Amino acid sequence: MEDKKRLSIKLAEDIGVDVSRCYQCGKCTAGCVLAPDMDIAPSFLMRLLQTGTEKADARVLGSTAIWLCLSCENCVARCPMEIDLPAIMDHLRELSRTGGRVNEKARPIVAFHKSFLDMVKHNGRTYEIGLVAEYKMRTMRLMQDVDIAPTMMAKGKLNIVPERLKDNGDKVGRIFANTIDKKD
Amino acid sequence: MNTGFYPGCSLNGTSREYNESVRAVAAELGLKLTEIDDWNCCGATAAHSMSRELSVALPARVLALAERQGFDEVLVPCASCYNRLSVAAHELARDEELAAKVGAAVGMAYSGKVRIVNVLQYLQEHAAQLLPGKIRHNFAHRVACYYGCLLVRPHKVLGFDRLEDPQSMDGMMRAIGAEPIDWAFKTECCGAGLSVSRTDLVGKLSANILGDARDRGAEAVVVACPMCHSNLDMRRTAINKCLDEPTDIPVLYITQAIGLALGLSRKALGLQRHIVEVKLQ
Repeated sequence: MEDKKRLSIKLAEDIGVDVSRCYQCGKCTAGCVLAPDMDIAPSFLMRLLQTGTEKADARVLGSTAIWLCLSCENCVARCPMEIDLPAIMDHLRELSRTGGRVNEKARPIVAFHKSFLDMVKHNGRTYEIGLVAEYKMRTMRLMQDVDIAPTMMAKGKLNIVPERLKDNGDKVGRIFANTIDKKD
Repeated sequence: MNTGFYPGCSLNGTSREYNESVRAVAAELGLKLTEIDDWNCCGATAAHSMSRELSVALPARVLALAERQGFDEVLVPCASCYNRLSVAAHELARDEELAAKVGAAVGMAYSGKVRIVNVLQYLQEHAAQLLPGKIRHNFAHRVACYYGCLLVRPHKVLGFDRLEDPQSMDGMMRAIGAEPIDWAFKTECCGAGLSVSRTDLVGKLSANILGDARDRGAEAVVVACPMCHSNLDMRRTAINKCLDEPTDIPVLYITQAIGLALGLSRKALGLQRHIVEVKLQ
């Protein structure tokens, strides 16, 4: 039954945001630098959440918009109702990912996040060379940044070996096990 | 005042010159910075895009370490780390249930005693009064002060500077003899964490920023965030594809501009590490 709950109800229960407060003024969309590149503009996404039909909810969770959102926070800064749209986006991403609803076109973005977090999980800090290598394997975008990598290396911008915490990141590994990797 | 230093991953990797210039300026002014021992990554964009608990837990460990190591405040030069640490501290203070879960996950509690300061605050509070006697030559250039998103938003949590037209960096630039310009993209997003996965979009957004700075006569863009810097500097090929005419406007960290005014060497400030050459003196 849990999964059948409307997104608007989940958002209210999980992060305390009431989507019905939005009156569609459109300031979020006007200030969003990526609105023209999104399949659903921010204010339209709010409207779909208010509509709350199964179809509307599926459209939101399967959108590219939730993954393109940069969390720049312009929308909430200008919202006359102070609706925390970046927090909504974060929670929708989490629901989309855990529910297996990620839009095909957004997969490289998710692959980057996963690769980034894998570096942190294993080393305690990020490690650019490992991050980009894992990202390439996940996406098969093998040519990504091959043009700029040698220059970055020459300018001392890339660590050859990862920096690690004193216990090789075990403490941070435990944080992952207790949060994102936790089995309910 | 015991000031801790949290470099974060970027300052030990792709933005090494920011680390070098922060330390060089602090040393020149006789300010002591002590790195937090055994710090971890703040989780950045990836963590809060994937898991709220993780996005609070990673900064919580850093804050708990800082508290344990006796720091009154922590300087966080990376705007993204500054933002994540501040948001995590805010969430821990207002959501007891989350705080309990995070405390258990991290294995260390954070009681909220450490003040988190960004580089502009740090410079205003510690360096500004020391500058007048130390400036060797004015950094006499027209500059576009670019704050980006993460130093000013969410304003309710950070409470720093003005939301739409911040002035702290402009003030610092005037103090070293520069002329900050009026422009439209002070706090517009550069594309941030999409740098690798959607380089095309970063090119477009960053081109809007550099195009406006150039058209209004800026000789350089000054930043206080490693993500802004790497997008505006390293993504120049993608940016120039989106501009009518390619631009070679350099992008400097605020500490590099101040360091030049203090007469520090270009090497000490890591200026040779930029992709777009910095010719300004």
